[in-house]
Amino acid sequence: MKEKKEQRTIIQSESINVYYDDKHVLKNVNLDIKEKTVTALIGPSGCGKSTYLRLINRMNDYIPEFHFSGTIVVNGKNIYDDSVEVEELRKDIGMVFQKPNPFPKSIYDNVAYGLKIQGIKNKTVLDEAVESSLKQAALWDEVKDNLKAGGLSLSGGQQQRLCIARALAVQPTILLMDEPTSALDPISSAKIEELIFELKKQYTIIIVTHNMQQATRVSDNTAFFYIGDLIEYGKTDELFMNPIHEQTKKYITGRFG
Amino acid sequence: MIELILKFSAFVSIGTTMGILYVLLSESIPFFREVSLIDFLTDTQWTPLFTNKHFGILPLITGTLTVTLIALLVAVPLGIIIAVFLSEYASPKFRRSIKPILEILAAIPTVVYGFFALMTVTPILQTIIPGLSGFNALSAGIVMGIMIIPMVSSLSEDAMYAVPKSLREASYAMGANKFQTAFKVVIPAAFSGIIVSIILAIARAIGETMIVAIAAGQQPRFTMDPTVPIQTLTAYIVQVSLGDIQHGSLEYKTIYAAGIMLFAITFLLNSISFYLRKKYQEKYI
Ligand SMILES: Nc1ncnc2c1ncn2[C@@H]1O[C@H](COP(=O)(O)OP(=O)(O)OP(=O)(O)O)[C@@H](O)[C@H]1O
Ligand SMILES: [Mg+2]
Repeated sequence: MKEKKEQRTIIQSESINVYYDDKHVLKNVNLDIKEKTVTALIGPSGCGKSTYLRLINRMNDYIPEFHFSGTIVVNGKNIYDDSVEVEELRKDIGMVFQKPNPFPKSIYDNVAYGLKIQGIKNKTVLDEAVESSLKQAALWDEVKDNLKAGGLSLSGGQQQRLCIARALAVQPTILLMDEPTSALDPISSAKIEELIFELKKQYTIIIVTHNMQQATRVSDNTAFFYIGDLIEYGKTDELFMNPIHEQTKKYITGRFG
Repeated sequence: MIELILKFSAFVSIGTTMGILYVLLSESIPFFREVSLIDFLTDTQWTPLFTNKHFGILPLITGTLTVTLIALLVAVPLGIIIAVFLSEYASPKFRRSIKPILEILAAIPTVVYGFFALMTVTPILQTIIPGLSGFNALSAGIVMGIMIIPMVSSLSEDAMYAVPKSLREASYAMGANKFQTAFKVVIPAAFSGIIVSIILAIARAIGETMIVAIAAGQQPRFTMDPTVPIQTLTAYIVQVSLGDIQHGSLEYKTIYAAGIMLFAITFLLNSISFYLRKKYQEKYI
């Protein structure tokens, strides 16, 4: 019963406030995430799920209107500290986006990208990383004879798994997924869900989803956001079976509807 | 009514092109009755205005190529660096204000560039390269390169700016910095647009007349040496058109033969860029 082992907290978020100019989009959010778990972020559109997710790898930094206060500690480091190098931080935190966004490069070069920008040129190292990442992303068998083909030539579901492989190739510890299956057909979505289940043995995963069934299927813990407030956070089965807050109940029953 | 005007203007521009082609062909056919096409394409001397006449177009082509190549060596790297800077680094405000300024470069009359090459750039280059002639391909090429920078930078920047944000985000999320993202993701993704901008710049450089007529000399030479006087296709056409050569003579008809050559090269380049643009247009929508 390995699962029962006391898990370490890998992400600690404390008194987080985010504004886009005057718009207060995350309101005093506190959220701790344990290592090697899957955490689902749910809530109505615009409640701040993506904003929270993108805080963790500092992707909001590119938005000029973005203002942040609070602390987020990842692996013991305050990631908004001035001494933190964002590039280094991101090598440890992979991200998968809503719409598959492979580079207009070959499958191989897509997966090898992260290692190449770290200056790794050794062919054997790259070959091995490409193979193992594609295997982890359950794409290897479909593309192994065709690694030189363009990443954009794959189907949507394959592209998304390619993007997952790309993120895994640099061996991050955390994987952020923002509605990774919302642009995919049910079969591709099911594949990705299976994959998430496999991946959580090695990675800490945070997934934003609008699909309640998906949240219950893949996640250990669920956080429910509502207009910038973290309303409820707990074990997924408890949250869905016995939501404490009225809003949570309304949302999940409405969505299950 | 508007439709009629549009149709009319379309007709006028097509008609003009056809007219030019007709004149070029009809005037050069008599030329090729007197000069064999083989000689025209293989002879390495071009001396139609001398007593010992040779009609080899190659010297004019090497002259044109030399100047064009030098212009590209200046315009492509600088144009792309400017494009990367504007598209990836500059604030939107800065981008908006700098673009028109760059476009002024393209609006300066070429005769001004010509004299700038002859009176300013050549003397400066002569202090660095002692054997440089007063007329040479190098200074004309450099100045032409400066002139076409905005063509390369503006179209390349449009292509880079059109690269979806999601690709940049993917790259940043992998731990890439701006520089890596620009050169490993944005430029490859915008590659076809950049190539088109370069091809159009080449076409512009090949067709450019004033700068070369003023600063590169008037001596058709079968060489790629940038330090000696040369002549380009365009400069030759100007020289003959403005000279006192008898209209209708064989010497006069040479300009149509040179014109056909010029037309063929630019037409080819434009077709390539048109094809590339069509081919890659829908890729990221
Ligand atoms: N760049 C921005 N500038 C201003 N406001 C923004 C910006 N990005 C997001 N917002 C606003 O911040 C709020 C939270 O956005 P966020 O994208 O985090 O929501 P979300 O929960 O992910 O929604 P969805 O489920 O639709 O993806 C929304 O009201 C949104 O309109
Ligand atoms: Mg979102």
